[in-house]
Amino acid sequence: MKKHSNWVILTLIGGNDLRIGVFVCHCGRNISSTVDVSRVVREVSERSRKVVFSTDYKYLCSDPGQKLIEEKIKEENLDAVVIAACSPSMHEETFRRVLKRAGINEYLLEIANIREQCSWVHEDGTEKAIALTLAAVEKVSRNEKLKPIKIGVKRKCLVIGGGIAGITASLDLANSGFEVILVEKSPTIGGKMAQLSETFPTLDCSQCILTPLMVSLSRNDRIKLYTMSEVVEIDGYVGNFRVKIKKKPRYVIEEKCTVCGECEKVCPVIVPNEFDRGLSYRKAIYIPFPQAVPSSYVIDPNSCLGLNPVVCGKCKEVCEADAIDYHMREETIEEEVGAIIVATGYELFPKDRIGEYGYGTYEDVIDALEFERILSSTGPTGGTVKRPSDGRTPKRVVFIQCAGSRDENYLEYCSKICCMYTAKQAMLYKHLVPEGEAYVFYIDVRTAGKGYEEFFRRVQEEEGVIYIRGKVSRVYREGENLIVEGVDTLTGKKLTIEADLVVLSTGVVPPEGTENLVSVLKIQQDQSGFLKEAHPKLKPTETLTKGIFICGAIQGPKDITETVSQAKGAASAVMELLSMGEVERDPIVARVNEEYCVACKTCESLCPFGAVKVRDKAEVNEALCEGCGICAASCPTGAIEVVNNKFDQFEEVLEVLINGREKLETENSGLPL
Amino acid sequence: MVEKSWRPRIVAFLCRWCGYAGADLAGVSRMKYPEIYPIRVNCSGSVHPELILDAFRKGADGVLICGCHTPNDCHYISGNYKALKRVALVKKLLSQLGINQERVRLEWISAAEGRKFSRVVKEFYEKIRELGPLEVRV
Repeated sequence: MKKHSNWVILTLIGGNDLRIGVFVCHCGRNISSTVDVSRVVREVSERSRKVVFSTDYKYLCSDPGQKLIEEKIKEENLDAVVIAACSPSMHEETFRRVLKRAGINEYLLEIANIREQCSWVHEDGTEKAIALTLAAVEKVSRNEKLKPIKIGVKRKCLVIGGGIAGITASLDLANSGFEVILVEKSPTIGGKMAQLSETFPTLDCSQCILTPLMVSLSRNDRIKLYTMSEVVEIDGYVGNFRVKIKKKPRYVIEEKCTVCGECEKVCPVIVPNEFDRGLSYRKAIYIPFPQAVPSSYVIDPNSCLGLNPVVCGKCKEVCEADAIDYHMREETIEEEVGAIIVATGYELFPKDRIGEYGYGTYEDVIDALEFERILSSTGPTGGTVKRPSDGRTPKRVVFIQCAGSRDENYLEYCSKICCMYTAKQAMLYKHLVPEGEAYVFYIDVRTAGKGYEEFFRRVQEEEGVIYIRGKVSRVYREGENLIVEGVDTLTGKKLTIEADLVVLSTGVVPPEGTENLVSVLKIQQDQSGFLKEAHPKLKPTETLTKGIFICGAIQGPKDITETVSQAKGAASAVMELLSMGEVERDPIVARVNEEYCVACKTCESLCPFGAVKVRDKAEVNEALCEGCGICAASCPTGAIEVVNNKFDQFEEVLEVLINGREKLETENSGLPL
Repeated sequence: MVEKSWRPRIVAFLCRWCGYAGADLAGVSRMKYPEIYPIRVNCSGSVHPELILDAFRKGADGVLICGCHTPNDCHYISGNYKALKRVALVKKLLSQLGINQERVRLEWISAAEGRKFSRVVKEFYEKIRELGPLEVRV
């Protein structure tokens, strides 16, 4: 059998002769308020002969805490360490590095999670903390010394989503010398930001600050852009992902199209324009907006007259560049990348679900993005404010904030951006219709951000927008106008306002298809459906899957300012990963005891990664093995096991957890471990 | 009747990607639940059926296994399905040994489901209290 080339077993360690040190963390008062830390320290060393040293410290993860562990390892000549503290997902790596610095093997470490799964959930967690710590002692006493597997990385990053987050991350990476594959679902990059009129709090024209970035992205040789594309399959691991991308046909050859617009003139099909949120019309051959990147027309196969030159073919006839190809087919592209950034943005909450506000029933009840298009100088009304039903300029506009947000029936969370975009829209409306009146119904106004409160004050004091603290109970139509019925919760009085236009400041939700993407990438969502970061404060752009990063509104509602900062953060995290040329991977892989292996091939048939092959005996390909242990749980002879996750280790852990408590209660002498 | 003060001994095998992360979230959200003993495993599909039996042999009153949601959440593609089959097998075996099948519970709990984790633990704990201490030894 092939030797295990990448990880090396330095010594096989028996059960009892390791010098184990236990360090118990107070975590300020997070642990010590419900766990008697000094009792844990005392009892673990009394109960287990394996523990030669135990102590506690206020914050083990702090610099002095780490130094303490390092010193004690050297002073007490420790071989292995148990840290009783927070969840291993927080600081396992931190403490591994401490062991390494102290000169002992970093895999002779076990974490007892006495915070998240003990002190935070029990009134008195002392006994459980002792049991969990002793279980960790048993486990670590049977751990083996391992060396991390070093693997080369592809100096290329996949970015999913071409909004401002994806654009920023792609440009940062490309400008630092890394190759980028940018995958965008729609026919152009730009995302939601391209649809906005002006941005708060500076009132920069959104397109004016976005489109130069789009152009420089399209001209960057290191960035390969796939529009109308989706990631359908991913395998591999950090540094070495294989990605399958499905690219839908555009039916127009991007390189040939000169954007002359002749095709659009002759196309006989008219359909609602999604870029204007259905407030204007486009042809079946169209360009989403003039500055779209790639700068090319696209045929919408759902509305085109069958893509059949016999039926229509008018556009092809007039295209002098010969850019139209009705025979384009869907392509599957395969790429290899070292890291992945997910930046798929957000959608607005589907407001037709809030029946009482009459969206979908009344044309003049619109959502914020529709109003954004109406306010935009390049929008469907050419920059003058007109209402959808009859094209009149609305003289009184009512904004309803938290439409669907902070409401247990819809979205429980605060969408963060709505207060500011509403203030901005009310201001822009007053600029365009100075004699008009704007009313805003709000629950609270949240303006946490640089210059945001000042902006909000301007809207109230200088622009004369009227803010009413209260909730709208219903919106209905009377004659040509809408009646907004609500309560002013400051005076307690019922209010009715006759409005020409009602704008719903709807909340932000993850885009459709997020569930699917999550299952392709094997990353996690939070309870609201946004993507879950590895740690909200310390690893805000990482996921629990190494090599996959997140940024922008898909991580949680956020404005452009924050999105750009986070995208730059994600890009720099990717650079950190890719610039070293190789990454270290946990050597937690399956190993075969040839003596026991009967070559039954059970493991081979069950391995999800094709990492086990059976010839004379089972052989594990460590580059492919993920260490899941599915093979180990089905091997009839116990020949294949995952290193440091062996059956006998779990047996001992069970013994301590199940019988440790009673023994603690009844026995005076040490546990017979 | 079971004594009021009786505390069942329950161990929980939690897969590190979903169940364990869900339990962590329950902690972060300070959702109190009764005392059970968690064991972090890489995958719910890595829990050897003999290990479940071993837990009962050692005196556990209940065994909880938490993995990632089917069909597609498993970090190792299909480990959760393997757990599903194994647990069904173990339950069958337990009932032949005269042990109530309900002493083993398999649940899919995602990293976002702290509340569900806390609820499942409470329910399971109550169920085991109802069933009383395990008399038969495997």
